[in-house]
Amino acid sequence: MSDQSTPVIELQGLEVKLGGRQILKGLNASLTGRCIGLLGPNGAGKTTLLHTLLGFHPPSAGAARIFGHDIKAEARAIRGLMGYMPESDAFIAGMTAVRFVRLMGEISGLPSERALERAHETLFYVGLGEARYRKVDTYSLGMKQLAKLAQALVHGPRLLFLDEPTNGLDPSARERMLRLIRDIRDTGEVDIILSSHLLRDVEECCEEVLVLKNGTIATYCNLEEERRANRKFLEIEVRGGDDGSFAAAVEALGCEMAMGAKQKMKVVLPEGIEVRDLYRLAAERQVQIRKLDFKKDSLQDIFLKAMETEVQANGRI
Amino acid sequence: MAVYERNFGRFKGALTPTGTRFLILPRYAFREVFQSKFFVAFFTLCFALPFAGLLMIYLHHNLAALKFLNLPLEQLKDALPINATFFSRGLNVQGSLCFLLALFVGPALIAPDLRNNGLPLYLSRPFNRTEYVAGKMTVLVVLMSLITWVPGLLLFFFQSYLDGAGWFGENLRIGTALFVGSWVWILLLSLVTLAVSAWVKWKPVARVTLLILFFVLSGFGQALNNALHKWWGWLFSMWAAVQNIWASLFGKEIDPDLYMPVPAAWLALTAGCLVCLWLLSRRIRAYEVVR
Repeated sequence: MSDQSTPVIELQGLEVKLGGRQILKGLNASLTGRCIGLLGPNGAGKTTLLHTLLGFHPPSAGAARIFGHDIKAEARAIRGLMGYMPESDAFIAGMTAVRFVRLMGEISGLPSERALERAHETLFYVGLGEARYRKVDTYSLGMKQLAKLAQALVHGPRLLFLDEPTNGLDPSARERMLRLIRDIRDTGEVDIILSSHLLRDVEECCEEVLVLKNGTIATYCNLEEERRANRKFLEIEVRGGDDGSFAAAVEALGCEMAMGAKQKMKVVLPEGIEVRDLYRLAAERQVQIRKLDFKKDSLQDIFLKAMETEVQANGRI
Repeated sequence: MAVYERNFGRFKGALTPTGTRFLILPRYAFREVFQSKFFVAFFTLCFALPFAGLLMIYLHHNLAALKFLNLPLEQLKDALPINATFFSRGLNVQGSLCFLLALFVGPALIAPDLRNNGLPLYLSRPFNRTEYVAGKMTVLVVLMSLITWVPGLLLFFFQSYLDGAGWFGENLRIGTALFVGSWVWILLLSLVTLAVSAWVKWKPVARVTLLILFFVLSGFGQALNNALHKWWGWLFSMWAAVQNIWASLFGKEIDPDLYMPVPAAWLALTAGCLVCLWLLSRRIRAYEVVR
């Protein structure tokens, strides 16, 4: 697990060109979370960023560090710390799951006997215990996803890259995969980078979110802090009080307020003001509060806001 | 096996040395290869000639054992001398068997990994492309070595033991030729087979491609030679090139039909190996970049 002083990933003006086309454009960020979501529309550069961090693509400019190790100079050491679950189907043909996961463990440096032990343990952990002697070729899509997760975990990495882990899964398999990811996160032994275009997956598992747009960072935020910062936004729908006295009274309390259509209003409560004060004001003015919601910015709001925001030349919003 | 842990946890033990990690690949591959009964039968047959050679060398020095056959033993001994020709013919036969072995084992080495996106799984670990190719190549190198220079040198040392140190000193060139000649053929064959396996995903098509590379190109070379009345066509024939190199290593005359200058033969084989390495470097990547 990363200690808070050392970022899990640092990007310093990272640029990547593939086939003559610039895919990543000067990314700057310092990612510190235990489970970081990598979001973005198709073609935003999520997979390219993961591949670059894995050393598959050389950066054309800039640098990146994982746990303080430079991805170019210390690629081998970095790969020893990582587990990678690719997006597409990936397995070694003709092998049973236990043999496949064992091979991957041995390639990562585990001694043969320990790799076998851990292959069994990992397959049980991801829920393939009963099917571990079946050839991976014969697995269903959901089982192949779990086998990919097992091979990424077998050597006990410090950082886990999950590229679209719920791709093609039915709702129950998806729920099981997300539960596993949360469980791995909660062990506290591994940091996770979860790349997905499914906002709910990221929302359910991640603490921080990095949103990419056209190869640049559109936003990077801590989901919990965002939620906390927006706790006192209230969406209120009222009936009666057409003279505007209620709105004026709410403003007089010191609340920031914006009127919407159909007697809807958005209210930010300052320190010391509670919801009961609004009810009191409404009662005094014969106004009915028909609906009152705590409005938190959902990940969808954050994502949509990021997509609308123009990105500056340095890769930050 | 009993499974005691069903939780995720970091591995805290000592890791294996990185330098020898590529040997994991042949260990797994041998198990797959020797599961085929056909291959086991074929591989066993590959030892028939070395065993016959062993018997011949023994009888050559122990003619008394054949006395009961009432044969002209001394004439027989002169008719079957243990010399460069004896070892060179053996290498020719075993070299041909190496080709069959490559045809059987080679196409299944890299193609399935490419077909099932296995390469990112290997290359996202502390394991690079060179180690991957070295591991896959070791499968062929070990199997081919076991039927070429290993039995060849054992026969050479056996003959030296029975004939005395003098024979060893006088015929050191044979031993060297066996070793170097075998390695030249093994390396060429392994690289060509791996390159084909990396570019042709279907095993039967990969086998046909190998046959084309070795036989059709030789036929083309022969036709070119006939048309131009020169030896240039053999530059396309790996078998002709290696025959010339073996003949020069053993110090023997080359068959006039296969003649090409030895430096040209070395050049042709080196160029072939470099092309194969280039083809492998283009293909053995974690991901393809579509331009």
